[in-house]
Order: sequence, then structure tokens, then C-alpha cells
Amino acid sequence: MSHLSERPEKPVVGVSMPHESAFQHVTGTALYTDDLVQRTKDVLHAYPVQVMKAHGRITALRTKPALAVPGVVRVLTGADVPGVNDAGMKHDEPLFPDEVMFHGHAVAWVLGETLEAARLGAAAVEVELEELPSLVSLRDAIEAGSYHGAQPLMVHGDVDAGFADSAHVFTGEFQFAGQEHFYLETHAALAQVDENGQVFIQSSTQHPSETQEIVSHVLGVPAHEVTVQCLRMGGGFGGKEMQPHGFAAVAALGAKLTGRPVRFRLNRTQDMTMSGKRHGFHAKWKIGFDAEGRIQALDATLVADGGWSLDLSEPVLARALCHIDNTYWIPNARVAGRIAKTNTVSNTAFRGFGGPQGMLVIEDILGRCAPQLGLDPMDLRERNFYQPGQGQTTPYGQPVTQPERISTVWQQVLENGGIADRKREIAAFNAAHPNTKRALAITGIKFGISFNLTAFNQGGALVLIYKDGSVLINHGGTEMGQGLHTKMMQVAATTLGIPLHKVRLAPTRTDKVPNTSATAASSGADLNGGAIKNACEQLRERLLQVAATQLGANGSDVRIVEGVARALGSDKELAWDDLVRTAYFQRVQLSASGFYRTEGLHWDAKSFRGSPFKYFAYGAAATEVEVDGFTGAYRIRRVDIVHDVGESLSPMIDIGQVEGGFVQGAGWLTLEDLRWDTSDGPNRGRFLTQAASTYKLPSFSEMPEEFNVTLLENATEEGAVYGSKAVGEPPLMLAFSVREALRQAAAAFGPSGVSVDLASPATPEAVFWAVQEARAADAPKTADVHDGKVHAEALSGA
Amino acid sequence: MVAPRITINGEETPISPAAPQTTVLDFLRERGLTGTKEGCAEGECGACSVLVARPGVNKPTDWVAVNACLVPVAALDGQEVITSEGLATVGEAGTAPTLHPVQEEMAVRGGSQCGYCTPGFVCSMAAEYYRPDRCAHPEPESDPADGTDHEHGPNGFDLHALSGNLCRCTGYRPIRDAAFAVGEPADEDPLAQRREQAPPAPVATEYVQDDSAFVRKNTLAETLRLLRERPDAVVVAGSTDYGVEVNIRSRREDCVVAIDRLPELRELRVESDHIEIGAALTLTEIERRLDGEVPLLAELFPQFASRLIRNGATLGGNLGTGSPIGDSPPVLLALEASLVLADADGERVVPLAEYFTGYRQSVRRPGELIRAVRIPLPLSPVTAFHKIAKRRFDDISSVAVGFALDIEDGVVRKARIGLGGVAATPIRALATEAALEGKPWSAETVEAAARLLRGEGTPMDDHRASSLYRSAMLGQSLLKLHAQTTEAVSS
Repeated sequence: MSHLSERPEKPVVGVSMPHESAFQHVTGTALYTDDLVQRTKDVLHAYPVQVMKAHGRITALRTKPALAVPGVVRVLTGADVPGVNDAGMKHDEPLFPDEVMFHGHAVAWVLGETLEAARLGAAAVEVELEELPSLVSLRDAIEAGSYHGAQPLMVHGDVDAGFADSAHVFTGEFQFAGQEHFYLETHAALAQVDENGQVFIQSSTQHPSETQEIVSHVLGVPAHEVTVQCLRMGGGFGGKEMQPHGFAAVAALGAKLTGRPVRFRLNRTQDMTMSGKRHGFHAKWKIGFDAEGRIQALDATLVADGGWSLDLSEPVLARALCHIDNTYWIPNARVAGRIAKTNTVSNTAFRGFGGPQGMLVIEDILGRCAPQLGLDPMDLRERNFYQPGQGQTTPYGQPVTQPERISTVWQQVLENGGIADRKREIAAFNAAHPNTKRALAITGIKFGISFNLTAFNQGGALVLIYKDGSVLINHGGTEMGQGLHTKMMQVAATTLGIPLHKVRLAPTRTDKVPNTSATAASSGADLNGGAIKNACEQLRERLLQVAATQLGANGSDVRIVEGVARALGSDKELAWDDLVRTAYFQRVQLSASGFYRTEGLHWDAKSFRGSPFKYFAYGAAATEVEVDGFTGAYRIRRVDIVHDVGESLSPMIDIGQVEGGFVQGAGWLTLEDLRWDTSDGPNRGRFLTQAASTYKLPSFSEMPEEFNVTLLENATEEGAVYGSKAVGEPPLMLAFSVREALRQAAAAFGPSGVSVDLASPATPEAVFWAVQEARAADAPKTADVHDGKVHAEALSGA
Repeated sequence: MVAPRITINGEETPISPAAPQTTVLDFLRERGLTGTKEGCAEGECGACSVLVARPGVNKPTDWVAVNACLVPVAALDGQEVITSEGLATVGEAGTAPTLHPVQEEMAVRGGSQCGYCTPGFVCSMAAEYYRPDRCAHPEPESDPADGTDHEHGPNGFDLHALSGNLCRCTGYRPIRDAAFAVGEPADEDPLAQRREQAPPAPVATEYVQDDSAFVRKNTLAETLRLLRERPDAVVVAGSTDYGVEVNIRSRREDCVVAIDRLPELRELRVESDHIEIGAALTLTEIERRLDGEVPLLAELFPQFASRLIRNGATLGGNLGTGSPIGDSPPVLLALEASLVLADADGERVVPLAEYFTGYRQSVRRPGELIRAVRIPLPLSPVTAFHKIAKRRFDDISSVAVGFALDIEDGVVRKARIGLGGVAATPIRALATEAALEGKPWSAETVEAAARLLRGEGTPMDDHRASSLYRSAMLGQSLLKLHAQTTEAVSS
């Protein structure tokens, strides 16, 4: 067992416990960024001036009428920016634009004594626009050849030879929607300036270091003049990885120019119309199978809807390509990627970061092709799993580690879910119910853990031990509900050998740990846990030397367990608090900064090859649905999941991540429906589902009626802190089983073996049309090369 | 008149100097009670849920959860509010407060992740915790077909109590576990005890700031006189529609008149030939007080918005706004309801079928109020409400269909079908009704009628559904009703 993964005696990691802030959550005393406003004096409120046109050049911007509104203090425009007028890292995202690039683009911000004054001021700002043609939909952009950014190409094996060897070849297209993050807490920041003109920003950000970096370039000051703190977020899901920076910069600029604290908090409409979402994709594909249904070749082009600027679209696309194989061995592959440029919000990170989109493509292909191959979809999937001992690599050349876990979790789901019996029950139910059909589908996942870009795979921590024995930990990760802080406290207590109550955690701040990576890519616990462990180990080593002297033993024979130091084979004890006090008087340093870099990674973005991931997370889910043939409405009757989190650092937290990720994924695939006005009318480009009343997240009615989540046992991961695995993103993709179950239930209304094309999201309306299509279908055609092609192409037109 | 004041977590606070449109949510937050959160500002997410003491159905006082983002604070003059902060019991100085039982269950079962929605969930859950008939009379099983019930706990907890609360993190399972684990309130629980005392009385209010007024009168007569003097006044009851206008569309009015506590608008009477339902009773009150007496209404209520909304929303409001996608009109049209309209000169009765005149327009005159809704008796025996929406809980209809049929000896004697979401106003499906009446309730009749029903109204294409789907669903709803009635007979 590796040093990194080995757990000491009586570890605090692995103990099931609620979120460290649960007590404050339930009593309403947990503070979020905007809760600080009432505790701060003389705060100004910032309100955006949004232009409600999809595309146009600003010919005049008159702020004077706003200044006439009582309570308006200042209007911020591009002319006020002392540094770089850009909200991003690619310099394609002007903070105060001259050109309106999407409907609702903010071109100026009004500062008011009250929110009402700022709102009225914003309404009074006059903007004249020379309207320009716009591309609102992904399809329009593809047709117009409107692209930006990288054009990756992933090639593996010999695709042409693979197709030549295929008994069945199918082609198709698939366009599927993105997703709004809908974190319950909208974007917010509060900026203050101290007596030296240094800026302190409290921001709801997943990436304080980058918020700091962008604020400093906007203000034109070095990074050490800007401090960013994030107390906690009311959800992030990737939506606060890149998007908070510009907003925080506006608040910082306002504070710098007025000398007063400046707060902004987007209301829900502003948040939904101004901030980026999960990328919707278009996929065009050709796939070849041998006579047994084993994939021989895949040729695909994925186009991500990047929106108006690049933001994180390039790495999102890279991860999509890197996940198109999911759990399946594809010996020959050629997958190309493009990023469409559209006049919509700039799409960004969202839990899974392109991985779900890549995997959805292959799962959709298998779901559509199985009936045409005459195979049960479950069987088709199983036949194509990566196999242990074959030296198989992913299409980007990384050996697949622990491939046996793909089958292990799958088999456990089959057993736990009683799948064989239930399939018989479902067949009987369907035979007896002409207007209601049930179906059960299983899908698996393999998700690569680490940032594709190797440099981001580092973490830092600062651990302080005070004279009284209490411990304060700082690390670079942010808390957005995922339980990172809980896990980090457990890691610190474990490494130091002390009870959890001795450890407290300080809010994430850039002046404690510098140059941190985003809390993203599911890597929070791996990177920051590694760093905390490293810092705590340094401290423990120093304290062991002190204890050794006190206990009359050699340092390597001393253990600190549950807050007591003992030498092996001796009854002598030294309590933690006494040990710490002794160390202080011996002038032993009681603070340490820790650092962690993920070993063994390499990635060549140009050739699109390498081993970008430290390891893979695995899981499988079986979902049973029931569809009403009259309306297309459906229920999720039961879900069984087995998921691989390595050896869990905190089981209740991990199960929460699995369940929450699953339901969020189900929302993306079934319910959540992003709609824009694509007409040529006056509101062209307007985001139509811009509120909770029109954009529907899963509620209680969508949660699985029976929901069984099991963590894979004996699953130690050698390459991560205390044998654990990342858990934030992967479970979202277990929801493919919901979509595939809906497809199969729709098919059950038609003749046996019918192939069903299902839109994504699979809303009740989409399912209804799929049911109608299945009902109208003739008896299925025999699968062969030519028929398959014809049929799949016919589907693609739908 | 005493200056408007509100009791929050047991402490009385003046409402001044809040602006009259200030919501309870903003009022609380400005006073440092930041546990109450804004998630959507339109009553959809429940992050702002708080408890309000209201006249009870089974006890003198009920703790009712409402969306603080929709209610103007001036509407709670003289009322008592409890927030998530107030549910915990404060201990000795320096010690942590003792968690309320629902807080305890939420905390220990992993019911919070990011925690932002949690205070709202806690308040909605607490309201259900204190529902007097929760433990005594657990709800019947809602899905007897397979003998399971996923919407009610063994402790009588009705999950619909949380239908207006959204969580983006947990996937809801631990929240459900917490809800189904709470026990009965202890005898010494002060909020349980409060239920035994009279509710805070409505207080006549005249709250004016910067030429903008929020007014509540004691009686209907005074209110109608005021409305005659101020024809520009906006009438609000639960504020579930007006509150959205204020928050989302920045609507500001000079004069808002509250009618939700007028006793004349809060009666429910069952007469020999009709039921009269006061226009200002909340949907929750109607649901609990009718207790299934009008099956079609009983089918409607769980599908009407969320519990948080139903705790404020009224039939008068749903009809008064005149929205073509309100969920009550299709049902009330099928029930052949009439409206009792009152103004300073007197009352008149208008059949609902003649009430709507255009998009959000009606025969209601300026200064006139809906006082009550009358439903004639006897009721048709075969009724159904089919709501087509993306989400089962708390969604707006794409289309909604209310059916009330008299079927005798297999023949349709009378058919009344109300439709929502297919035209500028809710409408009756007259051609379909005619095609059904006098015909056998057979697959043949129904299929022919369903084809007609698809053509009633002119549904539109929008983000909720395509016009094609809406039309299809009209016909499907009749086919489904037929299948359900024949399946019921055959089993």
C-alpha cells in the first residue's frame, strides 16, 4: 500500500458524519456572501445594465440620466477600467463590451445607495445599438461555419480498417441540450478597500485564485494587493469556476473608485440570462460492430455550443472527447471536436465538464443500435466493456487501470437490484397494460480523475497548531456543499492522530494559500487532502521528536492516536495538549504549509494523447421507469447504484454526492429545458426559460421512489489520499440509465425490437413523441449493413 | 391605529420604515435574519419559507409555511412569524442553541449539503410537523394499486408539504428520510402550545410611505367603499401573483388593498343545492375543510402549484388574475361554478363560463370583488382533472382539462369539460360536450369526441410545450379518462 493511501490506526477518515456546517445550515446561521451585506456599513449596490438584443455594436452609451436618479452614486463603464478590460483568461471576454454579444449582455453597472436606486439607475442608462445579425442556435452556427478556439482530433488505431472489418455499420446524428446550474445561491460578491487601497473581496467563487487574478488585471494592480475569500457557496456545480470573476471585478472596481464597500448579487433572472451553462452538443457519428456486436470503429465529430466567448469551452471539449469511450473498448477511433460560436451566454464548466456529453453520445449510440443488432441493450453494453489483462488503452492512449471494476460494479447492481426477476415482472406488467409500460436499464460509467491540463493538479494547505493544542487548517479548496471541508478536517485529524473536535477550518482565502486551482474536476479532496496530509505530516514528525524525548523512546516508535502519544510497548502517555505546549517551549515550529502534486500525469494537447488522469472512478446504475402512454409522463420507480469512491473518506458525504449527482443528471436528461427565442422577432436571442417557473429542476416528484446507493467495498485507490477516490462529478453520469430506461419503455409501446430515437431532454412531450414513433413503427428490419445505415439515417432526421 | 408591527421569533418589531412593497424576505434579511434566503423571488424554490400563525382548521391556530418573497411585510401587521433561526431554542450564553426536532433530523441525516435551501426546507417541514391531524390521522395510501405510498411517511408526514421547496444538491432522499423520521411535538413545545391559543387577529392597516400605501380594512363594506374611491387600487390576497410582479417585473403600485382576512370572504357553506366557497379562503383551507367532499377539487389541489403557494393562494385570486393557465378554472368550469361578485352597490352572480372575456380580462368591473365561488349540487359522479406539465409537483400547466360527466346505464347524460392553456381564456369544450351527450360511453364515442377535443381552442407553441403536443393532450385526456373508468369497472 502506498504511503499516500495508507490509513493509520483509528483514522477519523472513513467515519460517517454529517456536513461540518450542518448545524448552521439548519438554523439559518451559516453565512453566505450576500448575508455579509447587513453586517457591513455604507454598502453600495451594483446593478447591471443589460442590453436586450442578441448582437449589436454600441454606438452610444449615455449614463447621465442614471446619475439623475436619486440614490445613484456612479455608473461604471469601460472608461473606468485602469487595467485590462477583460473578465476572462483568453482576452475574448470584455468586462465592459463595445459589442453586445448576447441577449442580456451587461454593458455597464450602476452603483446605488439602495438596490432600488441602482435598479432604477440601470433602467435610465441609454444605450444605442447598431444591430448585427445573430446566430442563436447551435445548428445555425454549424451551418454558418461559426467556430472558435481549438479543433482537437483524437485518432486511435485504423478507423478505415475497423469499418472494413465491421459486419454492421450505423450512422446518425444527435443534438442534445445543455443545463442551467441553478445553484440556489446566485452569483454574489462584496468588495471592500482597506486603508492602503488594497482590495478585499468576498465572493461566491469556486476559484478564489483566479478571481484574484482577474480582479488584479482589471484593476491593474499586482495580485498581492487583492485578497479573495469564499466563506461557502450555496451550490456551485462548475457555474462558479470561471463565471464569478468578472462580477467580482465589477464590485472591486466600484469599491476602488468610490472607497465604499460594493455589493452585487444577481437576481435569478440576471443570473440565468448572464451566466454560462452546461454546453449543449451536436454529434455526428458512424459506428461499426462485428457480428457479435463488438465495436470495431467509431468516427465522430462533436460540436460544443461555446456561446459568445471561449471561457472553458476548450477543456470542456477535450474532456468530452476523452470520455466518448466511457466503459467501452473502441479499438479504432477518430473523434474530432469543434466549438461553435453563438450569440448566447458563454457556456462553462458544469459537473462532469464535457465528460457527460462525450459519454452521452456513446450511450445514445448503443441505445439506438441495440435493437438493430438484435441485442438486449444490457447485453450490448456488457460485450463492449474494457477487459482486464488485455492491455487496452483509451482512444487517447492511456492504459485503463482497474478495468475489472467496470464489471464488478455492474454485477453488483444486477444482484442488488434483483434485475433478472424484475425484468420478468416488467415483461408481465407490460403484457397486461396496453397504456402503461415499464422498463429497466443499466448503464455504467468510467470517469477520468485529474484536470486534463497537468499544471492544475497541485494543491496547497496551511496548518496551524496553537499552544493550547487546537488546530486550524487552511487549504485552497472551496466549500459549495460537497463536504470538502468535512473531509479535510477528517484528513487533518487522521494525520495528526487527534479527535476531530480539535480541528477547526478557516474560510478559503488567497492570502493563506496562494496559486490554488479551482475546486473543480472532482479533485478537491485529492489535491487539498494531499496538501493537508503533507502539512500535518511535517507537524507530526516534529511533534514525534518532542514526544520521543518526553517518553524516552525513539521518534519512529511513537504513535499519536486519538490525541495521546505513546511509545510502542510502553504504558507512558503524553496527551496532545501537553505535547503541543512542550513543543512550543522547546521552540518547535507549530505551523506548516503543505503541498501536493499529482504524480505520473502527462498530456499532449496537440497530439491529443497521453495519460492525463491519475485514475478512473467507476459506477453502475439500474433504473426502472414507468411511462404513461397517453401523455408521455413518467415516474422513476426504483434506482440501484453501486459506485466506486475508493475507500470513502466520509461515507455519508459520499452517498450524498452520489444521490445528488444522479438526480441532477436525471434533471439534465429529462426535465431541464433550455429554450431561446430563435425567431426573427424583436426578442430574438432571448433566453425564454429564465426563471424557476419556466426552467424546472427536479423536485420531490422526480426523486426515485426507491433509491438504493451502495459504495463499492474493498476499493482502496493507491494513488489518492487515504485510499479514496473523487466523487463530485462521476455520479451525475449514472443518470444515463434513466434516459435509456425511458427509451426502452417508449419502445415497449411498439413492436418488439423497435429502435427509438429520444430527444434530450426527454421531457414528457419528448417521450410522448417517442411512444408515438414506436407505435407507428413497422416490425423491425433485420440488422445488416445496408438496412442499418438506412434506418439510422432516417432517425437522424428527426 | 397602532403603528404597524410584526412579531418575529417572539419579538415585536415596527414595520416602518420599510417601503410598502417590501417583502417579508427583504424585511427579515435587513434585520439580520439572513437564514431566510432568496432563491428565485417568485415562490418557486421555497428557500424563503417561513412560518406564520394563522386561523387553524383543527385547532385555534395553525403554523402555516409561506413564501416570504411574495408576501409584503405590511400584510403581516399584527401577525406572528417564525424563521429558521427562531425554531432552535437559545441556550445559556456561550452555549449552542438546542435544535428543533426537524432541524435535528435534517442535520444528522445529511439533509443539507450547500445549506442554502435548508432553512426553507426546515420551515416547510416544521409546518407539517405541527399539522394537528398529521399523527392522529395518517393520510391514506395514495397508490393502492401496488400497495406502496411514496408520498406519505409512517409518521403521517405528507411530502406535498415540501413540494414548493427545491434542493439542487441532495437529490432529496435524505430530506425525505428526515421528514419521515420526525415524531410528535412534545407537550412543552411552545409552538405546539401556541396552536391551542387564538390566532393573531387581522389588524386594520394603513401603512403609507412615500405616497405609496398598503391598506387593510376590517370589513367587506369598508373595503368596497375604498375600492370605489380608489379604482386604481390593486387587490391582493395571498400575493402569490402580485408578489411575482413586484419582484420580477418591478411592478410598483400606489395603493394595495389586502382582502385575505375579510370574514365575509372566508366562509365555506354547504347548502342543499350548492356549496359556497369564500374567495379569500386559501386553497389549503378549502382542501382541508372540504376534506374530499368535491372529488374534482380534491384531485386538483395536490396538482395546484405547491403547498407553500396553496397556503396563500385563493380561488378569488386565481380567477381574479384571469390567467388562461390558472388551474382552477378548468375544474370550476366543469363543475358549472358561478361567481358572486360584490361592489359597494350590492352583489350579482355570474356563471364562470360567462366571466372571462379576453386575455386576463373579465366582466368584473372596477371596484368589484369576487366574494365567493358557488358550485351547484348534486355533483356529476364521473370527474377528473388532467394536468399536463413537465413536472408532477409545482409546475404550470401546458394544458389542463377538467371533466365532469353524468354517465347512467353506460350513456353520457351530461358532459362538462373545462380547458386551460388552449386559448386566451379558460374555455368550455362545447363541441366535445355535445358530441358526448346522449351517446354511449364507448370507445367509439370517445375516440370521435377526442378528435373533436383536439381541435378545441387554439393552443400555442412555447417553451412549455408545442401546440401539437397541447392539442394531442386534449384528446389523450379524454381517452385516458375513458380507459380509467373502464379499467375501474373491469377490476
